[in-house]
Order: sequence, then structure tokens, then C-alpha cells
Amino acid sequence: MPSQGGCHSLLFACLLGAAGLPGCALPELPPAPKPPAGLSIDRMRVANGAQLAAIGNCITCHTSDGGKPYAGGRALKTPFGTVFGSNITPHPDTGIGRWSEAAFARAMREGLDRAGRNLYPAFPYDHFTRLSDEDIGALYAFLMTREPVRAETPADTMLIPRSLIGAWKAMFLERGAFRPDPSQSAQWNRGAYLVRGAAHCSACHTPRNALGAERKREYFAGGEAEGWHAPALDARSPSPVPWTAEALYTYLRTGSADAHAVAAGPMEDVIRNLRPVADDDVRAMASYIASLDARSAEERRKAGERAVTGAKPPPAADSGGAATESDRAIARGAAVYAGACASCHDRGRQAEGGALRLPLASGLTLPTPQNLIRIIRDGIVPPAGEPGPWMPGYAGALGNAQLSDLATYLRSLTGRPAWEDVPGEVHRIARDKQ
Amino acid sequence: MITLNVNGRPHRIDADPDTPLLYVLRDHLALNGAKFGCGLGQCGACTVMADGEAIFSCIVPVAVLQNRKIRTVEGLGTIEAPGPMQRAFIEAQAAQCGYCIPGMMMRAQALLERNPSAPEAEIRAQLSPNLCRCGIHLRIVRAVGRAAALMKGAAAPAGAGGTARNSAGATGGSTSATGDNGSGAG
Repeated sequence: MPSQGGCHSLLFACLLGAAGLPGCALPELPPAPKPPAGLSIDRMRVANGAQLAAIGNCITCHTSDGGKPYAGGRALKTPFGTVFGSNITPHPDTGIGRWSEAAFARAMREGLDRAGRNLYPAFPYDHFTRLSDEDIGALYAFLMTREPVRAETPADTMLIPRSLIGAWKAMFLERGAFRPDPSQSAQWNRGAYLVRGAAHCSACHTPRNALGAERKREYFAGGEAEGWHAPALDARSPSPVPWTAEALYTYLRTGSADAHAVAAGPMEDVIRNLRPVADDDVRAMASYIASLDARSAEERRKAGERAVTGAKPPPAADSGGAATESDRAIARGAAVYAGACASCHDRGRQAEGGALRLPLASGLTLPTPQNLIRIIRDGIVPPAGEPGPWMPGYAGALGNAQLSDLATYLRSLTGRPAWEDVPGEVHRIARDKQ
Repeated sequence: MITLNVNGRPHRIDADPDTPLLYVLRDHLALNGAKFGCGLGQCGACTVMADGEAIFSCIVPVAVLQNRKIRTVEGLGTIEAPGPMQRAFIEAQAAQCGYCIPGMMMRAQALLERNPSAPEAEIRAQLSPNLCRCGIHLRIVRAVGRAAALMKGAAAPAGAGGTARNSAGATGGSTSATGDNGSGAG
């Protein structure tokens, strides 16, 4: 990793209002040439591009609610302001219709638009820079064969001017294509290439620093996405039963893995978009992600056994002798669980309507209660008319206090330290939803 | 004993705290509009309202509903004076077997109280958790649109919805689709 001290001071100097300093001025690159007339598109390239776009989850950020695919307009809230997913349909005026393949490749690798303006790293070019020329060309071919849609991308409200993003790149953008590790299998390398490149998994699953860059030393140690915690995928994974490549494959394919989790929040989109992706690629990603957990297979197997034998059915509610407020909250939460949750969650996974065995669900073992609260409130609901894992939401049925008690109770089943300020988190999430 | 406020009236209920609301409505209060479908919150036949929001009464224990205003299809009107939602379903003939209809009406009612001008896309999205095995969704969606119009037209006059009479207990549950609308107050 390059030394970052000097760059930090450079950026801070700029942020402190010294943006006029000559040292901070970034040269504007000339516009990329216009695409040649009669662009020739190879169908195999388009098909490969479709797979990569699905793996990259591109449609999620580049499509607004109810909008045309890839026509942009989705608001992406960042700690630094809001930026909108851009129109990447081939519309000549509002999309990328006038972009050459070279301009597209430069955007993917360097984070510059056709006119040479910096793109905010909400567009994860720090990952896309790993893509091969061939795959960038395939994505270009795929996008340029979508339906052109006239849709202006709304202006961003970022607090940091684009000109300063050059300094951000100097500090955090490590350019260069993916380099395979010859000591690993072809499957592992394929998975690593996809996970670190197109899929940009660590964009959510790695914590970010104050300047919004991934903390490289905490790669896959767990991060944030749209109000959801994105769990650690390495040995710090909160799943009581350690993930295996097989379980990860099932999860990525179906959105649900027994003894682990059902996909919710932003991960639901990821799973849905992965549907058309070839099995081999999903397996490769699962195999690479499983390898992030450095514990030995034996260690992981034993941890899994301990978790399963230790996962007792939830104790009956016992409010007698509950001394502290926390004990009382747990007792009240147990009563809510018995009435509202047990009919599915204590039913056994194989039964019709049988839900996850909760003490093993990673939602209970995360460092924060936000995912659990959101799932209890809003349920897990596929888009209207689509099949998928289903849990009814309880926002209308449970008041904030009951929700908080329930989350406190469920956490108590894990044997991990209680979450701090569950009622506060419940209130914050309820307020966000209004 | 648990006190439940149903359709504007308090009821003292002698039931286990984890008894689902649906059982209490049907077995203790003889309000048979809400139906048992799946018992897992997956079909919507049991939908009622709590403080204006649609809930699956089959998976919500009564203990969590004390001091909340519960409203069932019987609270939308009576056979003699059906509320706008019920009238709309009758006028649109939006029922085949009728089993899902009370749940549909309650979820739609919750939507229209929140957004009286809900466009069709929102009506469809709101009703998507409620299943109709007869496949009469087109009429249901039309009925909800009609209910919205009726509610706007009848915003002021009495007799429209409100926490109406919830008088006699249900007699024999549902007989026909339209009769189902008011069966609880029959």
C-alpha cells in the first residue's frame, strides 16, 4: 500500500478552502473521440456483458424506482451528499450514446466521464479498474445495445467538488487489472476476479474511512449499505455456523441458506440480479468468498457443531424474578416472540412455512441491531408478483417498544453482549421510514 | 384479562396473551369477517387494521394490541348501511368465493386512509401480499379505485365507514361473496 500521509494533507488543504492553489488544479482531459458510425456489435460480447452487468448489479444504482432500466436517476445518499445513478443507456444526449469504447473504458478504470470530469467514487471504479479489456468491451457492447432512453440525470448535491476527487484518487485508487494468484485454483482466481472487480462486494462489506474509501487493512471486515449492516465475510463473519463454499453458493443462487440467513435489504437486489448468471461463476464467487475465512476447515467444522448443539430452542417467557430493565425487556420480548414469531420460526425449517432457526441466523449476531429491526418491521418481501423468500413485516402490528423488546430478546439467545441502545435504533429506523 | 378496542368498542377478553388476534376476533367476539387462510401471514385472508395499518391478524398475539384501535371489516359498515369500501366491492361485483375479500378490503382501506388518491400501481403494490385463489384481482383493483371515488364523494355525510355499528355478532359466517361484506354485523 502506498504511503498516504502526503496525499492526506493535500486533500485536507483543498478541503479547507485552498482549492485555488495551483497544486490542486487538475487538468481537464480532452473529450474522448466520438464512436465510429455503424458500431459493430458481436452477440457473444453482448451476452458476456449481460452476465457481467448482472454480477455488477449495475441496474440497481442506474435505475430509478419505476424508471426504465439503466436510465439512471436513483438517489445514492452518501455521507458527503447525494449523487444520482447516471443514465447509461445509449441515448446520445442524456446517456452514453456518444461515448466511444475508449471513453467507457476510461470511466471504468480512471473514474472520468467523457468530458474528463471526475466521477464520484460512488461509482465503484476502484473495483472496475480490475476488469480485463475484453470484459470492459463486453459491458460496453451490452450497454450500447440497450434501449436508448431520454432521461436527464439529476444534478448531484455533493458537498465535495468534483475537482477534489482527483486527490481522492491519488490516495485511494489503485489502478491495474486483476492479477491472478498462480498458487490458487482457476476457480478461485475466477471468483476473486469477479468478487474484487465487477461484483465489487467489498464496496459494502468493508468498512470505510472518513474520506469514504475502503479501509484496505480491514478488507471484508463488514461495512454499511443504505442503512443496513453488510456483514464481515472473513474470519470475523458473525454467522454462528461458519459459511462454506456450498452454503454461499446456495445463498447467492436462492437468497436463502439454512443455518445462516435469508437475503434482505440491498442484498435482495444483488441476489435477484444474479439469477441469470452462469452457475460456474456463482460457484467461483462462493469459493473465493469462503476462502476469505482463514480458519482451517477443521476449526470451522467444530465451530459449526458447537453453534448447532448450543442453539437451544428459545426458553419460555419468564418474567418472575426479572431484576433489571434488560431482563424485563427480554421477558417481554420472549412473550412477543411466542405469539408473533414462534409459529414459523420454531416450526422446523423443513416444514411448510418453516423459517430460519433464529439462534443461528446471522441477523442476531451482527454488531448492530439495524438489520434485525428492519427485517422485523418490513419483513422480507419480494417485489410484487415475484417469487422469493417471504416473511411478513410487523411494522403495523408491533409498536416501537415491542419491537425493541423483541430484538433485545433475540439477541439474548446468542450469548453475545447485548446491543447498545436498541430502542434508539428502533426510533431512528421508524423515523427514516416516515 | 386483556382489553381490546375493536371497531370502537372495548372488549374484555379472557385469552392467553399469545393467542393470535384472529382467534379472538372469531372465537371470542364472533367477528367472522377476517378469515383463517394459512396461519403464517402469507395469504392475507386474516387482514385487519390496527391504528390505521393493515396487519395479519393470524400472526399477531393479542397481548401486543392492548390500547390499539383494531378495525375489522365489520367496522366498515353494515348490511343495511355498507361503507364506501363495501359498496364499491358490491357494485364492482368484486368477489367470487369471497374468502379473501374482507382481507382485501381492510388492506385497501388502510391504503386509502393514508392516500385517498392512490394510483392503480400503488393499489396493486399494496394488495400484493393478499392472495385471491379465484383470480378475481382485476375486479378487486377496480373496486378499490371505485371505493376511493366513493370516499371522496361521501367525505362528509354520516353512515360512511367510521367506527360504525358493530352490533350483533356474526351469525353464520359468510354465505355469499357480497353477504360476506357485512356478515359480521348481520
